[in-house]
Amino acid sequence: MNKMLIGGIAAAVIVGFAYLATKKESADKMVDGGSVKVGILLGFTGPIESLTPDMAAGAELAISEVSKSGKFMGGTTVEPVRGDSTCVDAAAATATAERLITSDKVVGIMGADCSGVTTAVLQNVATAKGVVMISPSATSPALSTIEDNGLFFRTSPSDARQGHVLAEILKEKGVMSAALSYTNNDYGKGLADSIQSNFEAVGGKVTISASHEDGKGDYSAEAAALGQAGGDVLIVAGYLDQGGKGIIQASLDSGAFKTFVLPDGMIGDSLPKAIGSDLNGSYGTLPAAQGNGAATFEKMASEAGFKSGPYAPQSYDAAALMILAMQAAGSTDSNVFKAKVMDVANAPGEKINPGELGKALEILSAGGDVDYVGASDVELIGSGESAGSFQEVVIKNETITPVQFR
Amino acid sequence: MESAMNALILIGNYIVVPGLAYGSQLALGALGVTMIYAVLRFSNFGHGEIMSFGTMLVILTTFAMQSAGLAIGPLPTALLALPVGIFGAIGLCLLLDRYVYKFYRQQRASPVIYLIVSIGTMFIVGGLVRFIIGPRDRNFGDGERFILKAGEFKANTGFSEGLAIKTAQGITVLTTFFVVGLVFWFLNYTRTGKSMRAFADNEDLALLSGVNPDRVVKITWIITAVLATIAGTLYGLDKSYKPLVYLHLLLPIFAAAIVGGVGNPLGAIAGGYVIAFSELAITFAYKKVFAYVFGDGILGDGLLQLLSTDYKFAVSFMILVIVLLVKPTGIFSGKTL
Repeated sequence: MNKMLIGGIAAAVIVGFAYLATKKESADKMVDGGSVKVGILLGFTGPIESLTPDMAAGAELAISEVSKSGKFMGGTTVEPVRGDSTCVDAAAATATAERLITSDKVVGIMGADCSGVTTAVLQNVATAKGVVMISPSATSPALSTIEDNGLFFRTSPSDARQGHVLAEILKEKGVMSAALSYTNNDYGKGLADSIQSNFEAVGGKVTISASHEDGKGDYSAEAAALGQAGGDVLIVAGYLDQGGKGIIQASLDSGAFKTFVLPDGMIGDSLPKAIGSDLNGSYGTLPAAQGNGAATFEKMASEAGFKSGPYAPQSYDAAALMILAMQAAGSTDSNVFKAKVMDVANAPGEKINPGELGKALEILSAGGDVDYVGASDVELIGSGESAGSFQEVVIKNETITPVQFR
Repeated sequence: MESAMNALILIGNYIVVPGLAYGSQLALGALGVTMIYAVLRFSNFGHGEIMSFGTMLVILTTFAMQSAGLAIGPLPTALLALPVGIFGAIGLCLLLDRYVYKFYRQQRASPVIYLIVSIGTMFIVGGLVRFIIGPRDRNFGDGERFILKAGEFKANTGFSEGLAIKTAQGITVLTTFFVVGLVFWFLNYTRTGKSMRAFADNEDLALLSGVNPDRVVKITWIITAVLATIAGTLYGLDKSYKPLVYLHLLLPIFAAAIVGGVGNPLGAIAGGYVIAFSELAITFAYKKVFAYVFGDGILGDGLLQLLSTDYKFAVSFMILVIVLLVKPTGIFSGKTL
């Protein structure tokens, strides 16, 4: 009985695979007027699983917009294929990327999300197979200088940029010394290093750079050590609902610091709500787009039934950029269209907002030039990463108040 | 002179005040562990979760009271909600005893089996708590946050260092003195307390003298539940409430009980303060203190920190190991484990 069952399942699986294989082959042959696949490699399980559904929906919104327009490569439709990057498990992410490229035959990958797995996939799979990757959310400064054969781009700014912006703000405010506390992971460490080197470059002094663990009940000992090191302000490169909040509360309680500098992970309405009026006067930065692309995207997202959460606009832009580059190159071969990504993202050309992908495809097929602006105000610099517009904010009357764009 | 005062204020602000509060919370927790050990003769690993359960009830009641507009002026509403938590925790402990521990008592099971059983109850109660209130952080303190603010202290005294005392810290220390005094009075001067001590010293002899064992066990659980809920609520008011943190509290609490001498109530109190003060004193950065005493810059740029704050929990382990090596019965000569 058992043997029969197993045999039956095995037979069904084999037949199924054979069927899929023939189907795929036929799909490969018809690019013009047929369909191409784009991989969406995000951490659907793991530490950022709450963000990824909206990110994937953002990318898929761009893809369906292109397919519906019917203007991509003579009516070719684009199909999204999701893959799980897990955000933290490099081996699992590499295997998924391998599967997307060899078995699903994707022409490009929108992803990955977290810096660690993005590096692993890029080095082990994408570079070897020659497939373009556009990440919406990997922010590690290390990815700016990585060996990528021109295949890697990102629509998120490097944390090196945020460190630079923060150092500028500190200098303008006349802050000469600062203590620095960061959450003990790649994000916190990378951001802290970037803040420290930029701040020291403009003549500031970091009195201490100490890590903190998230999820503890009591941060008074950490706050005490930071307070003893001293400094005009305390920079907290952590998470607002986690240790970052605890460090701020404990520092205020013991009177160690009065003013806090808050990078992107610390900006959110729940922080001033939890701390209260003592947080007034603290300031920080948050990645934000100028112009009305973000607002347009938010409207499109709610119409499509998802929320424009963190990095969802960047995901839309990553997928859109990839498809526009293919159109501009007239090819879905990564090694051809990789040269066009920067061209479609930057000036000169007609500005393209979210929801105008059809128009952009039309201009490109007529031989024109576009300057993709998109939902997150895309401007690619350096080796192909977002210049990153940041918003300087200050906490005033217990609310986050924008000051200016940087 | 002024710089010496500044150094003292620094130590007071960062070590003495938080150490007294944290030590009191540990002492109350350790007192509960030690009572169970003395009377029921096993290490109750479920103690942290009993604290968590009682605190959870206090928090839920506090939230209900807050939305009903109940408040007691500058004091946190949680104090008003405390009786509800205490009764809930007593109910839980008596239920656990009736349906779990009683069975093993009748079997005259060995302490190791009790210990494993208590780990089982720890998981069950922990699961229950997460099921009811969720795993998230909860802040339930309200009322006046500070007795003394660092900024006001500086302005009023003219010293360049501030001293801050939180309301929760003041309440913690006062409540602990009151509760510990009550427990010692109970153990030393009441008939029931005396019969408990007799039962703890020699079970057979106590039974022969007519001590009712069921009653002693029941009262021990009641006192443990009261102590656990008060300790948990005070810790939550002072810091914040999170189920996982209460599970982790088990380590310093056990360290405190063992360092003081397990089964010895006085030892549990002393152990709580020993653990709390060593955690803070060893991970504190003495840079500024030394600068006040010896003058600025003599000792270079270092923080003068013995151990990074990441290793805070390791301190309780270290003390535990040292005490077990040097004086296995603990400072106040409890029972050997």
